[in-house]
Amino acid sequence: MKSLILSTATRYLLPLLLLLSVYLLLRGHNMPGGGFVGGLVAAAAFALYTLAQGAADARKVLRINPRTFIALGLLTALSSACLSLFIGLPFMTGLWSKDKVVVIGKAGTPVLFDTGVYMVVLGVVLTIIFSLAED
Amino acid sequence: MLFAVLSGFLVALFAPPLCRLLRQWSGWFFALLPLALIVYFAGFIARISSGESIFFSYRWLPALGINLSFNLDGLSLLFVLLITSIGALVFIYSGSYLGRNPELGRFFAYILMFMGSMLGVVLADNAIVLFVFWELTSLSSYFLIGFDHDRAAAREAALQALLVTGLGGLALLAGFLLMGQVGGTLEISRLYAEADPIRSHELYLPILLLILAGAFTKSAQTPFHFWLPNAMEAPAPVSTYLHSATMVKAGIYLLARVSPILAGTPMWEYLITPVGTLTMLVGAYLALVHTDMKRILAYTTVSALGLMVMMLGIEASLSTQAAMVFLLAHAFYKGALFLVAGAVDHETGTRDVEKLGGLFRTMPFVAIAAMLAALSSAGVPPHLGFVGKELIYKVAFGEGGSEFMLGAVFLTNISFVTIAGIVGFRPFVGRRREFPRIPHKPPLALWLGPFVLAALGLVIGAEPGLIENWLIAPATAVIESRPVEYELKLWHGFHSSLLLSVLAFIIGIVLFFGWHKFRKAASYLIPSEKWGPARWYSLLLEGLAATARGSTRMVQSGHLHIYLLIIVCTTIGLVATSLFNQKWSLELWRWSNAYAYELVLAGVIVAATVAVVKAKSLIAAVLSLGVVGYGVALVFLLFSAPDLAMTQFAIESLSVVLLALVLFRLPEIEHYSKTRERVRDALAALALGGVMTVLVLSVTAMQKEARLVSYFAEHSYLDAKGHNIVNVILVDFRGFDTMGEITVLAVAAIGVYSLLKLYLKRNGRQGGNQ
Repeated sequence: MKSLILSTATRYLLPLLLLLSVYLLLRGHNMPGGGFVGGLVAAAAFALYTLAQGAADARKVLRINPRTFIALGLLTALSSACLSLFIGLPFMTGLWSKDKVVVIGKAGTPVLFDTGVYMVVLGVVLTIIFSLAED
Repeated sequence: MLFAVLSGFLVALFAPPLCRLLRQWSGWFFALLPLALIVYFAGFIARISSGESIFFSYRWLPALGINLSFNLDGLSLLFVLLITSIGALVFIYSGSYLGRNPELGRFFAYILMFMGSMLGVVLADNAIVLFVFWELTSLSSYFLIGFDHDRAAAREAALQALLVTGLGGLALLAGFLLMGQVGGTLEISRLYAEADPIRSHELYLPILLLILAGAFTKSAQTPFHFWLPNAMEAPAPVSTYLHSATMVKAGIYLLARVSPILAGTPMWEYLITPVGTLTMLVGAYLALVHTDMKRILAYTTVSALGLMVMMLGIEASLSTQAAMVFLLAHAFYKGALFLVAGAVDHETGTRDVEKLGGLFRTMPFVAIAAMLAALSSAGVPPHLGFVGKELIYKVAFGEGGSEFMLGAVFLTNISFVTIAGIVGFRPFVGRRREFPRIPHKPPLALWLGPFVLAALGLVIGAEPGLIENWLIAPATAVIESRPVEYELKLWHGFHSSLLLSVLAFIIGIVLFFGWHKFRKAASYLIPSEKWGPARWYSLLLEGLAATARGSTRMVQSGHLHIYLLIIVCTTIGLVATSLFNQKWSLELWRWSNAYAYELVLAGVIVAATVAVVKAKSLIAAVLSLGVVGYGVALVFLLFSAPDLAMTQFAIESLSVVLLALVLFRLPEIEHYSKTRERVRDALAALALGGVMTVLVLSVTAMQKEARLVSYFAEHSYLDAKGHNIVNVILVDFRGFDTMGEITVLAVAAIGVYSLLKLYLKRNGRQGGNQ
């Protein structure tokens, strides 16, 4: 079910939606957004691309296997939680940088944790969508 | 300290890319980590040998009394140095042994992870921390045994080892928790002061039994010994490192670690010594009936572990010394022999001693290492094995021993002498055979490990004073909880134990020459094959699978709507009962606050719901369901919950995509169900809707009393530096829940993926006719 309009539109929509998803992820701590919804939007972007161009093409654009995203996301979340152990604070204590960081604003381990959530959600949804679309 | 323990895990993360970069040098590179750790820990030797214990504590879960606390004392230092030094040699060896394996990076990741877990086990002071690392060693052992995962035998052996040691680990956890309850703390060093109350407590026996279950499964004591020989499916460096030198000694370590708390009762001695003695004899006998080098070595390892357990069961400081010296001797010579077996296998393509012979000329260094290590294991002076064996004889002659024990040690000694000949000499001397592969001279990396280990056994044996004061004595002092007089000597003069040694040596040599006949006679008597514990294990596993199948057939109907009905009815039951037990008011007067557009939205949602139920085609049903979802999202938006609304919108859109992908595979809607069933379902659905309505109305009616909103509004910026309460709750206040949820998500995705792939594979095989 190739549609010229859809496939042309998705080429432009994909980067925009991905940008939006990262924006949602980063602003999440202070304004509506966050890793979960960011991951969903990113996954939706690729899902749209899959519908328009097929799973094989979507995989090529993504480059990394979605299952790797799941593993990376879990690892990121876990390591962000472990960081505080090294300075003698209990597991999962939030650590924040004193100075503001460009683009992100305040940087801290909760943001890193949210990035992990983002990657897990993206990986999970795409794993399911790709395996459904590819057979 | 924390960094030292976790360094193995950190490096493991980067092992695969590093391996691709370094290729054949990766073994040498990764050996730098254990070498650095040796240097770090060696810095503590002076303080430790003066009887000091060094504590490190990091807050982990302070609310539960669990801290990442580590205790470096004589006992842990001995094990740490053993783990790191043998680790370094094994890493160098693995780089060459598995050099051409494309999965070398994965291998190093696992084995580094193992090294980190093992360090954690021997350094942990908190019982929970010890348990966590204990299970991590089981887990990494699972990955390493199953490294060659294309072979079914390797997968089975890996699972067997995991189940046996993992179940033992759970028993250990229970034992620790009980001990912590009785002693009032989970820090092992603090439990030492509570030893007397624990020993006289009525829970003492359960505690002891549970902890012993952990130790015995890990250290492969009869009747759990069967997993160790099967674990020989692992590559040779793994067998060396995990299944002879370190991991299987974790059980010995545990017994030594808890002995100041639990030892000193008749129960301790009656439970431990007989099990150890039996294991020693079973291992010594079974080692003689096999021909695979690694299997033979595995059974002698079982036997040696039994010997150490037996020694720890006896109440005498001499027996503790004997256990520690023998532990070191065994780690050196058995590690060397396993590496030799690997090198021989690597060069010739076989490990069957019947097929090996005359290899000295091809691999002189390996052969010398094998012979030295074999002499140490046979207990020939001046090797460390001799020093250990003499101490053991001394214990057996002494007050803790008995004639029976003496006889058992004597028989084991004979077996060790014979095995030394079979494994250490036979492959290298005599006529050269035809091998499956033409042997080449092994590279430095393949002979360095065995050579160094065998040489260590010789040097320390000739001059035991080298390790006495700074390694063995502090370790024994910890186990005995008092300083111990030590006098390690190679030569004790002529006495009865020496006579027994010589006699055992002669009989062992005779048995070596009559080995073929012995094996033929003994092969009728191999009990382990038919009725042994390995059979119990497989029966148990089959029984478990059958029970699971039976209960699944009973409980699981396979009909999705039945499952839904059960879930719905349970929810109604639980929510309704707790609702009726409380005072609540619906405050229906709030109707008047509703705006017109809210009512319109509600009307749309209700209409769409009716449309879903009435829909004649799947597409219509899906679209109507989408309207319901977007309607709910709009409700969230109107009531100022933008986070929820956004998530709901995204989920709805994705659901449409998912449904679009599966929709064209499904058959059209037909009326499968009878009217009676539809009425039943409708009643359940309406009841759930009613209960939820009442629940939501009553909860929102209580809003003014709720403390949660104001609490989070106040604290979210002060404590977590975020203005978005929803997000702060997700990633900070309830971050632990979120971590659990994303893990569940990941597991679900893997489940969906494998189910789909399996389904497609099966259909593909049948010609895709579905």
